[in-house]
Amino acid sequence: MTKSELVEMIASKQSQLSAKDVELAVKTIIDHMSQSLAEGQRIEIRGFGSFSLHYRAPRVGRNPKTGESVDLPEKYVPHFKPGKDLREKVNDSMKAGY
Amino acid sequence: MTALTKADMAERLYEELGLNKREAKEMVEAFFDEISEALSHNEQVKLSGFGNFDLRDKRQRPGRNPKTGEEIPISARRVVTFRPGQKLKQKVETYAGTQPQ
Repeated sequence: MTKSELVEMIASKQSQLSAKDVELAVKTIIDHMSQSLAEGQRIEIRGFGSFSLHYRAPRVGRNPKTGESVDLPEKYVPHFKPGKDLREKVNDSMKAGY
Repeated sequence: MTALTKADMAERLYEELGLNKREAKEMVEAFFDEISEALSHNEQVKLSGFGNFDLRDKRQRPGRNPKTGEEIPISARRVVTFRPGQKLKQKVETYAGTQPQ
């Protein structure tokens, strides 16, 4: 499912907002989440999961083409931990044969 | 700093887009419900600019009860993984905070 399919899906299940409004709302939610992580703020959605940042220490990497070593600075990477409900739903789907 | 929640997201939809409070709350609910629904039908979810939620089927593997040391198999299972997109990775990389989470 892509972002535009998600928008269509949400729009088709309600009657108050136009597809354009839903599209803007989805964009606003995603931007809010990105912005929050960029500021180092965790995201916690009960049942769905949480997003946080994981630290990566600086290291010496290597250019795979030239073999030259490169200093890579420390950084943070986004991490998602699925919540209990989502974990169970997804795992049950395998048992159900999807 | 407290975590971002669904209530905060609904509040922003109310403030920025002028959705009423009920619409805003329902929109945020629908957003996560539809993503969960797709994932529980073994359908990958791709949110461009943010990242992809992928599904991986894991085979059964040997495990151990860390308390007793007893060996118990970890059953075959399907798990969700998140792969952040390039745009999100770049935004987050330079976070210079002093409180790693």
